Amino acid sequence: MIARVAGAAAMLALLLAPVLASPYQLTLLLPAFAYAIALLGLNLLFGTTGLLSFGHALFVALGAYTAAWLTTRAGVLALEAIVLAAAALAAVIALPVGLLCVRYVKISFGMLTLAFGMLFYSFLYKFYLVTGGDEGIRVLRPRLLGQTFAGLDKVGFLTGPFYYYALALLVLAALVMRRIVRSPFGLSLRAIRENPDKAAFVGVSVRRYRFYAFMIAAVFGAVGGALLAVPTGLADPQLAYWTHSGNLVFMLLLGGFHHFLGPVVGAVVFIFLQDAVMSLTAYWRFVFGALLAVVVIFFPGGLLGLLARERPA
Amino acid sequence: MTLLEAVDIRMFYGSVCALDGVTLRIGRGEFVSIIGPNGAGKTTLVNVLTGLLAPTSGTVRFKGEDVGGVGPVRLARLGMARAFQLVNVFPALTVGETIAVAVLARLGRGARLFAALAGERRVWDEVRSVAELFGLGDTLARPARTLPQGDKKLLDVASAFALHPEVILLDEPTSGVSTADKHAIMEVLVQAAARLGIHSIIQVEHDMDIVFGYSDRIVALHQGRVLADGRPAELQANDAVMATVVGRAHA
Repeated sequence: MIARVAGAAAMLALLLAPVLASPYQLTLLLPAFAYAIALLGLNLLFGTTGLLSFGHALFVALGAYTAAWLTTRAGVLALEAIVLAAAALAAVIALPVGLLCVRYVKISFGMLTLAFGMLFYSFLYKFYLVTGGDEGIRVLRPRLLGQTFAGLDKVGFLTGPFYYYALALLVLAALVMRRIVRSPFGLSLRAIRENPDKAAFVGVSVRRYRFYAFMIAAVFGAVGGALLAVPTGLADPQLAYWTHSGNLVFMLLLGGFHHFLGPVVGAVVFIFLQDAVMSLTAYWRFVFGALLAVVVIFFPGGLLGLLARERPA
Repeated sequence: MTLLEAVDIRMFYGSVCALDGVTLRIGRGEFVSIIGPNGAGKTTLVNVLTGLLAPTSGTVRFKGEDVGGVGPVRLARLGMARAFQLVNVFPALTVGETIAVAVLARLGRGARLFAALAGERRVWDEVRSVAELFGLGDTLARPARTLPQGDKKLLDVASAFALHPEVILLDEPTSGVSTADKHAIMEVLVQAAARLGIHSIIQVEHDMDIVFGYSDRIVALHQGRVLADGRPAELQANDAVMATVVGRAHA
């Protein structure tokens, strides 16, 4: 009951934010929404299936580069088409990568995903003609549902129509993911997380289901990446760098990977915290490192774990 | 009619021979116990029979199909299930969810992405009926990790039974359970098997009261070979076998 009221209040606050919050705060929420979508996918792999990926940034970068390439080089400006293209491309890339990675578990899985992430980073860095090399590719302002919003300046566009577009996409992504987690497939994934050997003996095709989870996570990652690229205005190789994957895992731990909304809370808190700490000290990475240690040691359930005592399924 | 058949199974771990030409046939309707001292090859044999290990040589056929090393998922589809010696549950899943995983897998619905789990009425009806057979009907909403040890064991077996297998392999179903509870557990197992239409039970067991009390047939292993294979009365009459395998003459 309390959770529902809190959820409704948070939703209302997000809907009213363009009226209540400053443009600066709104521009911080935009990447948080994008990361939240990517993290919903990552958490299907980690929180639900028990596979920790250190290469999820690959798919975020893939989504961002799709947006960059389509807007700058192909003249495609419809964000709906960009998001769909990013999802499709992620599925194509995740097919071979996933088939290889899900043959392994635990640290081997993590390292293999890390390796693929770095492979993609190198590709982005070196294949200048396709990717723009270390400079990356600019992302032009997209059209939203056919509208160009030509009368709005950049900030007006981002904090107005694009804000609601991103929020709607996040809500849609969360509803889809909620459906998946609460489906028979979601239960099978939780069984695999809890005890893969036992799951196999009751007839669950462990590797196949892990692969499906990997594909879904990749698609969510790329959709988040496409959305991330718009306010940033740029897709560059750093998006695929391993520290970016590390940040994604950090956000998940911060929000609480046992909870469905942990990824959303983690993304929002991370972005605002990073902004606050960066404004105070140049040693923000030091502060974040210490914070990560504190979370892992004292609050392994993350922020939502602190609020809700009961551990949900 | 032979349901499960292992012919001339040899299994080497490096240069160590764990099974040395074991031949075994399990018929429909049989309750077979595999006994033998530690290191006799019981667990290896069960692992070979359940497709977890491919034998070095020899064949395992289930319902006429070669199942050597095919793995547990395929075997579950074909109609063979297994419960383990050590308690083997999904700690964070509830009792109901644990059984539901097996029911969904059997019905081929485990990969349904957008169906609501809560709306799978047929699945939950079956979950309830299996849970009740094992006396777990009142614990459906409890996480498996909070159950007492004996109930965890029953849950493990219940989820294997929920596959409606034709053959079930039980690895020491009463280990870690107090003597007083052992017979109660066996009664539950045998009755549940009859209700769910499970044709054959194969168990590895150390407790000779259980072995001689419930088995139609006993297979005694010693040093990777079949030392004796017969009815309980036949084994009891064979002093040499009893001394080797049981370590004493069974009273």
